[in-house]
Amino acid sequence: MAIAAASSSHADETSGIADRVKESVYAGLLTLVLCIPIVLFHAEANQNDGTLELLWRPVAVAVLVVLAFAGRFAVLTFKAAPKRERAVAVAKPASSGLTALLTWGGLGFLLLFPPILVVTLGSSGSLKWIDSYGIQILIYVMLGWGLNIVVGLAGLLDLGYVAFYAVGAYSYTLLATTFHLSFWICLPIAGILAACWGMILGFPVLRLRGDYLAIVTLAFGEIIRTILINWTAFSGGSAGISSIPKITFFGLVFADRPGSFDDFFGMEYSPIHGKVFLYYVILALALLTNLVTLRLRRLPIGRAWEALREDEIACRSLGVNTTNTKLTAFALGAFFGGLAGSFFAVRQGFVSPESFTFNESATILAIVVLGGMGSQIGVALAAVALIGGFEMLRELTFLKAIMAQVFGMDDFDPTQYRGLLFGLAMVVMMVLRPRGFVSTRAPSIFLKERKSVSGDLVKEGHG
Amino acid sequence: MRWNSDPLLLVENLTMRFGGLIAVNKLSFQVGRGDITALIGPNGAGKTTVFNCVTGFYKPTEGRLALAREGIAVPEEVAALTRSPMRSAKSAKGDVYLLERMAGNQITFKARVARTFQNIRLFQGMTVLENLMVAQHNRLMIASGLTFLGLVGAPSYRSAEREAIERAKYWLEKIGLTDRADDPAGELPYGAQRRLEIARAMCTDPVLLCLDEPAAGLNPRESLELNTLLNMIRDVHKVSILLIEHDMSVVMQISDHVVVLDYGTKISDGTPTEVRNDPKVIAAYLGVADEEELAEVEAEIGA
Repeated sequence: MAIAAASSSHADETSGIADRVKESVYAGLLTLVLCIPIVLFHAEANQNDGTLELLWRPVAVAVLVVLAFAGRFAVLTFKAAPKRERAVAVAKPASSGLTALLTWGGLGFLLLFPPILVVTLGSSGSLKWIDSYGIQILIYVMLGWGLNIVVGLAGLLDLGYVAFYAVGAYSYTLLATTFHLSFWICLPIAGILAACWGMILGFPVLRLRGDYLAIVTLAFGEIIRTILINWTAFSGGSAGISSIPKITFFGLVFADRPGSFDDFFGMEYSPIHGKVFLYYVILALALLTNLVTLRLRRLPIGRAWEALREDEIACRSLGVNTTNTKLTAFALGAFFGGLAGSFFAVRQGFVSPESFTFNESATILAIVVLGGMGSQIGVALAAVALIGGFEMLRELTFLKAIMAQVFGMDDFDPTQYRGLLFGLAMVVMMVLRPRGFVSTRAPSIFLKERKSVSGDLVKEGHG
Repeated sequence: MRWNSDPLLLVENLTMRFGGLIAVNKLSFQVGRGDITALIGPNGAGKTTVFNCVTGFYKPTEGRLALAREGIAVPEEVAALTRSPMRSAKSAKGDVYLLERMAGNQITFKARVARTFQNIRLFQGMTVLENLMVAQHNRLMIASGLTFLGLVGAPSYRSAEREAIERAKYWLEKIGLTDRADDPAGELPYGAQRRLEIARAMCTDPVLLCLDEPAAGLNPRESLELNTLLNMIRDVHKVSILLIEHDMSVVMQISDHVVVLDYGTKISDGTPTEVRNDPKVIAAYLGVADEEELAEVEAEIGA
């Protein structure tokens, strides 16, 4: 009996492998057919007389075909394997322990991140890690959380979020350079100004949904950028504005001179002090965004946002003022974008329209989508993966050496492959986890037991 | 005959045109306070259009929709209100709302008319309890001081929230879904979703409940439970009900007043018995012209 069962399962497996090989061969053949016109022939100008020469590249074709075959086989094997595991995973209760561990562990790590680095790497060695990893990622975490209010909770697709980031940055820059106001006074003003622009954008798009909403918000982002480029008298045009006042600690600047922060506390000057302070400022701002969002989700306004995402018509029939609900979502999302922008300006010391292109909007939106719309932890993880990943590409100097040594590619630069890797990661994610890292929704209120809602039931919003 | 002596809603000369199509044509009828009023008619008669006009989803092309939320609608006062640019008027006799001048959410909030939909519109990704909480949005929004008091966790908001949960629990018990309060609404079976939508509408604390085909797709047992629920809503909560229904057994059993539409006009209006015996209604429903067939049909439906 047992032998029969074992042999039959063995037969299943072998026939499975045969099928997989067959399908992988098809994939390889398809690649071959596609590669003949695209890769096999290659015209190149002769370096001496400039005439075109036809080159054959059979090796490249062979490599691609083998890659396609192996890739397809790997995908099929991967797909066949986890079926049994999945059945078990369903039976398991919701892993609230994991979420709590991630939350508190992550928070502790974030708080201890600078001291650990300074102790282990020294003050000059840790500068890069705190600045281009810590601060940079936290800015995007905050932007992701801000956009999450609009896109994830209220279901309004906003492709122009960077406009509010720009409004915040220029608000601080202009207030600080013109009226010499301190960062801490400008910060809330910048947030409020951005929120006003959120409302200004909100009004005309109240009746729009889906694609139309996306296009108008996209245009809004471009309008703000174009104004910043062309209104030279106001914004300094594409040259931007430099020498923006630095951040202060209760009026103490971070600099190598008497009366500075370092001098006041009797420490030797080190640029790391300023960076660590900036790190804690953006951490506090990001946590504020998170705290407010988590709290609002449990209040009627947050529930109305989610209800709006689920069904706008049902909302109206229940007496929810959809106009106000949408406007508050836009305004609050913009407010946090403005705070982040203001921080960006004080950190950078220089702003120009270059920093506020559509690319930024797309990155922030990608963070929200990748994280799982509406999930705070998911968005934070996605920001770490995406922005941290981009920064990591700069570290791959060994790859540069390998490419130069082995393939003779002297100008190889891993950061040039950013877009390619980004696209690839997005495709893989959408195939494996179409609803993002965290695909379930946590209910805002419960009677007996908090059961997470499957992502299949939760709507993405139609604008 | 409460719809004549104590009307809650007066529909007068209601016309709704979509381009060249006249969906509802000079329709007038009244909904009695404390009645279950059924709006029936063949497919495409304009029933749902009337609903959409009453609940503010459409702006009627012409006509007046006056709702006397409390007290009685004195004709002179309604006329005076119509001449004024106001949406509502309060007087010693009662307060009157002109629904055709109000936005959809205001109709629910101020005039207190709630509705359900023909194709169920629950918030599927939210739990059953959350659905009932969203329905109490306006009350909770005021209690939370437009979010600001709620954000700091003011005690007044907390007690309001507890009250809202109690109300939700009450309705969950009435529709038999207490055990599923924390499940997503989209996972409920069809009949339970229908009941939940009614409970959600009731959580807005309405004076008039508009139900668009509440019995559609229910099995006979569920249909019977629905009748009990609707009777309870009318008798215990004193809420008047206006419903569209195709299931004649439901209509005949529970309604006090039946209005029959065909091609956007009213062809009959009266008690269930009166309507059932009206040859015009039978003709509209079954398309029979000659007397013999009519007699046969009447025998069949037990008139």
